[in-house]
Amino acid sequence: MIIYKNVTKTYGTNIGLEDVSITIKKKDFVFLVGPSGAGKSTFIKLMLKEIEPNSGGITLNGVEVTSLSNRGIPKLRRSIGVVFQDFRLLPQKTVFENVSFAMEIIHMNPRSVRRQVPQVLSLVGVSSKAYKYPGELSAGEQQRVAIARAIVNNPLVLIADEPTGNLDPDTAWEIMHLLEQINLRGTTVVMVTHAKDIVDKMGKRVIAIDRGRVVRDEKSGVYGAEEEETSRIGGGGSALL
Amino acid sequence: MIYSIKQAAKQFARNRAMSMASVFSITAILLVLGLFFILVVNINNIAESAKQDFNVIRLYLLDSTDYGMAEDIMGKFSIMPEVRQVSYLSEEKAMEDFRVKFGDKAYILDTLRENPLPNSVIVEVSRLEDAGRVAAKARAMEGVEDISYYKETVDRLLKVTNFIQIGAMAVILALVIISVVVVSNTIKLTVLAREREISIMKYVGATNWFIRGPFLGEGIFIGIVSAGVSAGLIALVYHKLVDVVGPNLLIILSAGMVPERFLISNLAIVFIALGVSIGACGSIVSMRRFLDT
Ligand SMILES: Nc1ncnc2c1ncn2[C@@H]1O[C@H](COP(=O)(O)OP(=O)(O)OP(=O)(O)O)[C@@H](O)[C@H]1O
Ligand SMILES: [Mg+2]
Repeated sequence: MIIYKNVTKTYGTNIGLEDVSITIKKKDFVFLVGPSGAGKSTFIKLMLKEIEPNSGGITLNGVEVTSLSNRGIPKLRRSIGVVFQDFRLLPQKTVFENVSFAMEIIHMNPRSVRRQVPQVLSLVGVSSKAYKYPGELSAGEQQRVAIARAIVNNPLVLIADEPTGNLDPDTAWEIMHLLEQINLRGTTVVMVTHAKDIVDKMGKRVIAIDRGRVVRDEKSGVYGAEEEETSRIGGGGSALL
Repeated sequence: MIYSIKQAAKQFARNRAMSMASVFSITAILLVLGLFFILVVNINNIAESAKQDFNVIRLYLLDSTDYGMAEDIMGKFSIMPEVRQVSYLSEEKAMEDFRVKFGDKAYILDTLRENPLPNSVIVEVSRLEDAGRVAAKARAMEGVEDISYYKETVDRLLKVTNFIQIGAMAVILALVIISVVVVSNTIKLTVLAREREISIMKYVGATNWFIRGPFLGEGIFIGIVSAGVSAGLIALVYHKLVDVVGPNLLIILSAGMVPERFLISNLAIVFIALGVSIGACGSIVSMRRFLDT
């Protein structure tokens, strides 16, 4: 369970998030949408405690993120898997090592590393590439490896910031099916995306943010309502006045 | 732990040129530092033995003074409340003591045809402040040829050694700081090269100490290698110094150099400790910016 309560984050005069209150239940699948600069990445960085809110509170599975000390950050992040648009794999490590390294970091014993890494690689469908380097893989395969790394320690939440942004539509859909599958295994998934067709076809919960505020939250929503776009332009106009 | 050591070795290998360069400069710094170390330790030693001479007044007896007269003299001092102890040192015993002090260089004394040392009475005062008064009495004593009592000399010597010690400490401190900067710059290069990896490690939930581990290992490795090389070189230099300077020092100041084995084993301990701390501090300093979450 992820709870944001009246969260405000500003960067100097820039607004990141403004008075945002959102609750995401366990095992939910949520799309976070909105125009560029709306505050989506800010939302994610706050959850990972990369940045601190100016006011408000965030709890993740009962842990109050906002009052966590710096020493608690590693533990917090171990309960969250993260996937990015640019994969962020280590080029000089093999696929296997890229995943096993996430387990070594949390001091898993070598035996469980040897057992679990192949399992998760087969779950994401890149078993045959275990000893290849990221540079030898297609973009879709790289993102699968990144997902494997994010889920290998069984996080409660998987966060994906535009995971399909660098992929062609077919590959993007393959990744979406994979994320759906992971969600069915009981992991809460929060995905930031600009891919209208994906959001529309998946029929999941959609939270739309604009200029730091939640403008729409639908249980089974679509990417963008027409009036939102117009109101945004209109809003910009009135701000000028 | 195992992960850290493996990574540290890999990093050192990958960053070989830079690592070798910092090993080289830190070795050079430690060499200078080692020379100061030798200086300070030996000056300390000289000052210590000078201090011991300070509360001791030696009465060199005339050749005509026999043991009975010497006992008279000793009696006159032992009743004084300022005096802690009075003893008699025969010329034979004095020579023997000298031989012991010279150690394996004692053959130098073999060239002497006859014993030039006189019989003496040694008066030891309990408080340094009383030494002057007791010395005055000793000087006036019949049957005494001369006394040795180096108050002014010792005072001056102590002042000089204090000054040298403080100066050397300042230099040593400055050199240590320079070494930390050298190591931290080397490590910073590795850190920069692996900035991406570090940020990924942070996302996956690595603790700061886990991330630091390999870099710490690299820094400590650089420190230990430098310490080992420079301690070895200093040992060679000191061996030579003991050979060449040692006997002269004994003749001029009647104080020996600090024994080789003792000095080198201490130096090695100090250097290893310094190397480890220089390496550790250097890597921690260089990583501060990258771990400020
Ligand atoms: N480090 C920063 N310093 C100053 N302003 C920032 C910083 N990070 C974000 N912002 C501002 O905060 C607002 C929200 O940024 P955020 O990165 O959350 O947007 P986003 O929704 O992720 O956009 P995009 O879809 O382009 O990734 C923007 O106006 C941005 O300029
Ligand atoms: Mg963003």
